[in-house]
Amino acid sequence: QPLFEAEFSEILLCKNELHETLNNLSHWMKDEHVHKNLVTRLDSAFIRKDPYGVVLIIAPWNYPIHLLLVPLIGAIAAGNCVVIKPSEITKNSETLVAEVLPGYLDNDCFAVVTAGVQETTRLLENKFDYIFFTGTSCSPSVGRIVMTAAAKHLTPVTLELGGKNPCYVSDTCDVQNVARRVAWGRFFNAGQTCIAPDYVLCSAAMQENLLPALHKAITDFYGPNPRESPDFGRIMGDKQFQRVQALLRSGRVVIGGQTDAEERYIAPTVLVDLQPSDPIMQEEIFGPILPIVIVANVDEAIDFINSRERPLVVYAFSSDDKVVNQVLERTSSGGFCGNDTLMHVTLTSLPFGGIGNSGLGKYHGKFTFDTFTHHRGCLHRNMGLEALNALRYPPYSQQKLGIIRVASEVKRKDACTLL
Amino acid sequence: NPYAGLVSHLRAAWLSGKTRPMEYRVAQLEALGRFLDEKKQDILEATASDMGKPSFEAYFTEILLCKNELNNTLNNLSHWMKDEHVDKNLVTQLDSAFIRKDPYGVVLIIAPWNYPIHLFLVPLIGAIAAGNCVVVKPSETTKNSERLIAEMLTCYLDNDCFAVVTAGVQETTRLLENKFDYIFFTGTTSVGRIVMTAAAKHLTPVTLELGGKNPCYVSDTCDVQNVARRVAWGRFFNAGQTCIAPDYVLCSVEMQEKLMPALREAITEFFGSNPQESPDFGRIMGDKQFRRIRALLCSGRVAIGGQTDEKERYIAPTVLADVLPSDPAMQEEIFGPILPIVVVANMDEAIDFINARPRPLAIYAFSCDSKGVNQVLERTSSGGFCGNDTLMHVTLTSLPFGGIGNSGLGKYHGKFTFDTFTHHRGCLHRNMGLEALNALRYPPYSQQKLGLLTATFEIKRKGMCTLL
Repeated sequence: QPLFEAEFSEILLCKNELHETLNNLSHWMKDEHVHKNLVTRLDSAFIRKDPYGVVLIIAPWNYPIHLLLVPLIGAIAAGNCVVIKPSEITKNSETLVAEVLPGYLDNDCFAVVTAGVQETTRLLENKFDYIFFTGTSCSPSVGRIVMTAAAKHLTPVTLELGGKNPCYVSDTCDVQNVARRVAWGRFFNAGQTCIAPDYVLCSAAMQENLLPALHKAITDFYGPNPRESPDFGRIMGDKQFQRVQALLRSGRVVIGGQTDAEERYIAPTVLVDLQPSDPIMQEEIFGPILPIVIVANVDEAIDFINSRERPLVVYAFSSDDKVVNQVLERTSSGGFCGNDTLMHVTLTSLPFGGIGNSGLGKYHGKFTFDTFTHHRGCLHRNMGLEALNALRYPPYSQQKLGIIRVASEVKRKDACTLL
Repeated sequence: NPYAGLVSHLRAAWLSGKTRPMEYRVAQLEALGRFLDEKKQDILEATASDMGKPSFEAYFTEILLCKNELNNTLNNLSHWMKDEHVDKNLVTQLDSAFIRKDPYGVVLIIAPWNYPIHLFLVPLIGAIAAGNCVVVKPSETTKNSERLIAEMLTCYLDNDCFAVVTAGVQETTRLLENKFDYIFFTGTTSVGRIVMTAAAKHLTPVTLELGGKNPCYVSDTCDVQNVARRVAWGRFFNAGQTCIAPDYVLCSVEMQEKLMPALREAITEFFGSNPQESPDFGRIMGDKQFRRIRALLCSGRVAIGGQTDEKERYIAPTVLADVLPSDPAMQEEIFGPILPIVVVANMDEAIDFINARPRPLAIYAFSCDSKGVNQVLERTSSGGFCGNDTLMHVTLTSLPFGGIGNSGLGKYHGKFTFDTFTHHRGCLHRNMGLEALNALRYPPYSQQKLGLLTATFEIKRKGMCTLL
């Protein structure tokens, strides 16, 4: 990972979440007093923020610190004990987390477990009170395994999974801006980002405009030979490298396409002339390759998106707000960003999570605290004032029922109110 | 797959966008309101036939509470549906950042038999309000209510988008093989595991409203007669077949001695000297349940009641004294009109007793001393909590209702039902221009850029001296 990218995603964004939490914790923890009806007017009615207990956080390899730390911040803030399972693939980060983190936290309440696939399966046999799982490109299947294991203990889960994030580019846009923003999102961390734009949908005319613009953006970013740029990452491990490299045999390479197995380098690449049946359109790419799929218009783009699994994010670029809103309105996804990529997840006030195969649950900011909090509905009544309860006791009567109805009913507000 | 056609029919309706406009949702919800008004008598009769439910209780739980949820939803729907605009940072100051309330799609609601209308209708209200298509699976155990729902609901709701499936255990297993976008299940813990396991195959989010043994701690400082009335009311309502009923009492041996005559008096006040003759006391649902509950009577010592009548499926309002943790009545959720009393030395022992067991749907604590009530609240974990009364916390639509651990996951009632069936979609809509704002983030990277980027992005820790 280039230093700048690591500093931004693994340090800065984490510190933001940390400060946001510290700044607001006392407020988030407080009992939330709620509206009362006539019957409970004199009582105390509130939502108590209880921790779940002992929670498990499983993190992936692509942002090994961030994707472990941000859930951990919320879990601790909510008062839980935590078992942390960092990715076994990023060996140095795993070692760092396992050896250094315990030096900072209370070892009675927080533990790091280093485990491969087999041991993680054993770990999941235990009863946890919440499981927070973030997976990478093969994640829907692993997500199923985690949720099935959780089901045995009725353990609530958050699953942050993946998918193919479509990026629709309309004919009315600033092509160079679009090219820069899409290239940034696609090639950040050499494409190994769960919310990266996975493929572009646009007209044939727009593709013709986009290609030189993408070429320019890539050259502006990484120079004429990206392999020599200190700002472009590498693929994580040989297995991933081989997998991503194989996807190059889809359509036609128009930008990039060079690879180097020894360095696990895959050039920032753009592919055209793709068929929906091509290998690259069958799985989340999770690498620095951007396929462009031609559609006639926005309706066809929307149909294309809706006939596939719901992704973690849908992107839409248009100078016309109505077009962006159409795509938002007529599709379903974890999150959405108009006229940019990745940026929606840097706002701690927006919930971040998937839907369908891309996941369930949400976090970031207060949503992480809420994820790891059991919202306990509480009513504290008076030991006396028994007369107030008389109406509800048997022997029953129509008269009693009538009074109860009047005392406790919620009426429909005036239907003529301007909504 | 016998239900594949139905599910794909609903999915097609979902994709057509029919359920999205507010006017559509309001129309369907208003139709549910008409169902409750026009079919009130049928509902009261069905629940009376199915399980001898007193009409007062049926009206209150199956009609009134449902209408409240309906009206609360109709009163607030436009507000709940709106995009929620959120705080922005420096970088996104000129953008539009909001949470869009999207429906999940095609959702499944499975309801149990104890409050057969309420426990499908209240989730259904939220599911429709949130813009989903819905499959409703009422309980096959309460035959009259099931028939009523299957026949009537289709007359009131849009059959393109809402369907009722009548199914026993086998067919429900087949139904669960289909992919739903949300599953809302109310029932037992063991079936809850089966539902969640089936949901996991499709990564379907779930709400599970399950059960457990809800402890009821009674301290030595309390108004014994008030406590006895409130506990008896909660225990014997619907002949004990309530997921949030106080399941057993924890108190000192002295308090047990005081409680007994007070409970006897409350039961007599409520149901007369022979509760079997009272029109206000329910019956057990089915022979299987009757035999199961009757077997629990050999626990401790019968201090009040204990009479049964198999033909009527009548079990008298019963209190058992000196019950041991190993007794049958303490091994499962009672779900019947039997109240065991387990003696503990003090509140600490009561709290330890509670914490040594699976977390229940509700914990009750009675004490004149607020500190005592708060101690129990503080040192235990449960779905919900009520101090100095029973059942009442779930009649407030502003409080979330749900379990934790074996008693369930997820929450609903009021806006929480709408939120349960809503996908909160984080959205950012930026400007096509203003590219200069983005320059700092692009390669080639530099320390200078990083410094500036940090300055624009960072959230600082607020002053430590601020009074919290």
